[in-house]
Amino acid sequence: MVLPTEEEKEREATEGQDAQVVYGRIRDIVRILGDFRRFKAANRSRADYTQQLIADISSYYGYTPFLAEKLFSMFSPDEAVAFFDANETPRPVTIRANTLKTRRRDLAQALINRGVSLEPIGKWTKVGLQIFDSNVPVGATPEYLAGHYMLQSPSSFLPVMALDPQPNERVLDMASAPGGKTSYMSALMQNTGVVFANDANAARTKSLSANVHRLGCKNVVVCTHDGRQFPKVIGGFDRVLLDAPCSGTGVVSKDQSVKVNKTERDFALLSHLQKQLILCAIDSINTKSATGGFVVYSTCSVTVDEDEGVVDYALKKRPNVKLVDTGLEFGVEGFTNIGGKQFHKDMHLTRRFYPHVHNMEGFFVSKLQVLPRSVLKNKLQQAEEKEENDERLEEDDNEAGADVTFNDDEDKALMESEYFTLTRNCLTKTQKTNAANKKLEVSSHSNLKPSNLFFRLLLYIRDFT
Amino acid sequence: MSPSRVAWRPLTEDETRAVFEKLANYVGKNLVHIINPSGASSKEDVEDDEDTAPLLRLQKDKVFLLNTSINNLATSVARPNLISLGQCLGKFTKSGKFKLGIGSLDVLARWARYKVWVKPNGELPFLYGNHVVKAHLGRITEDTPEHQGVVVLSMSDIPLGFGVSARSTVDTRKLDPTGLVVFHQADVGEYLRDEDTLF
Repeated sequence: MVLPTEEEKEREATEGQDAQVVYGRIRDIVRILGDFRRFKAANRSRADYTQQLIADISSYYGYTPFLAEKLFSMFSPDEAVAFFDANETPRPVTIRANTLKTRRRDLAQALINRGVSLEPIGKWTKVGLQIFDSNVPVGATPEYLAGHYMLQSPSSFLPVMALDPQPNERVLDMASAPGGKTSYMSALMQNTGVVFANDANAARTKSLSANVHRLGCKNVVVCTHDGRQFPKVIGGFDRVLLDAPCSGTGVVSKDQSVKVNKTERDFALLSHLQKQLILCAIDSINTKSATGGFVVYSTCSVTVDEDEGVVDYALKKRPNVKLVDTGLEFGVEGFTNIGGKQFHKDMHLTRRFYPHVHNMEGFFVSKLQVLPRSVLKNKLQQAEEKEENDERLEEDDNEAGADVTFNDDEDKALMESEYFTLTRNCLTKTQKTNAANKKLEVSSHSNLKPSNLFFRLLLYIRDFT
Repeated sequence: MSPSRVAWRPLTEDETRAVFEKLANYVGKNLVHIINPSGASSKEDVEDDEDTAPLLRLQKDKVFLLNTSINNLATSVARPNLISLGQCLGKFTKSGKFKLGIGSLDVLARWARYKVWVKPNGELPFLYGNHVVKAHLGRITEDTPEHQGVVVLSMSDIPLGFGVSARSTVDTRKLDPTGLVVFHQADVGEYLRDEDTLF
């Protein structure tokens, strides 16, 4: 196989491409990249092949070059092609039995009697059914209208299973329309406690509340605030589900428009919004909750900056938050590093789901535990102790003497500066303390002894929080 | 002048009576179970389960049935942003009459005195908003009087909606197959048909 020359590429651009040829070329390049030493042409580099492959993928599957590259870079070449292929085929239709009104077995029997062929989705869920074929519209049977089931993709079971809401808790669903997850939460709580179902889009709350009432969820409050208004509206939740608004790169098979209408700027704006929302979700938690204190962050996007990037940001911003196991028995582990980006070491506890691996929509689920501030204080104390020890050790190396005085005004500027956040980040990662000190050392305030400054910042943070 | 119906507030005396009258049309004496589900008989009992005591609240014409704890939490949400909560029993019309909505079906079906079961071939016509005709009638409570609120169920006991009986049980026996048995009032098909105006 030979890569096309510049002239051939130009001809393809003007005369249009033969899809068959392009697909053949995609397959060939994937094979070559699989065993590069053996198959490569003498005068070609890996970058040449990759570039051509991305160009072909973008033209064959109809993605913008930007998005094709973004998605391609997350996978190995053959896995990437499998991913793009899987996005072309629709996912199976699935329903969730509403345990508030019926049991899965009874529902399955009722639907079979109507000429629907179905089967349980898998061992991992007790409420899901997969529809293979149906003589009647599944979204308009008397059982559907009576609220015995909800049309819901299996991927949207996952965040609720990870959240695992318990009866009598106070739970928030920050972006809830059209209500599949909300009603599942309500069902798991057996209509006790209270679920706040919020959606920023007032028009979408129509179908949300219709679904909530149809499914007989009596413990739900439907409201339409901007998610970023929480916890100002109401806080003190035992659990918060944030199924964040996202680019939808996981649900391309459902909505093909994602391929072309998402630009780099959209991704930047979205992940900015997601970062704001996740902090609001964390702040809405009652850290003293006896049973909960969990936030589940999920998206139907597979891109890293909407998933691990956002969780990593939250971990840095909120030292009293840690990643915990999602409790889901399958899924691919989240990235701890990719494309030169390093994420938190616990990021492998998050779960990713792919259309080509799990035959469901692309999805990301992470579960965060929000700890009480007292835990944070302990951490601070540990950090301080370590700091003091380090200081003693360092004393020999350091040039002794430099007079250290503190001026509140001066400190204020410092505290609001990047060192403040930098130092906060360090709290969770005491091993990085030394690195931070070095950075402080090279700052313009080098006359201040760095370790003492760090110590003061710690105190400040303690008072502040 | 009566108080504004836009506000989020408890119902007035008159409004409460209007709602109870409509409910009583279906559930009769069982109304007491809706208002007092725990069977509390004394004032102390009521105070004991303050959290679960049901309340009626009015928001933008609509009447909601919910328990006290949810109501207390929901006060944090600004009125324009509050869409719905608990169960929606129905709404007040502009002229001040109360109309039961499909949201009240759960309550009605649980406590209704008179019920009508429709055959499988009558399910869809009823769910599309039609009256129940004799041909579709599967079963009917023995002593149903004329013009009585009845709940309509499928033969497998799924509540489908409610309406008003057109004839007493005795009279339906003499009816020809196309004769009306139940006048349609609300059915679960509205969740799809009237999604935009329902809540």
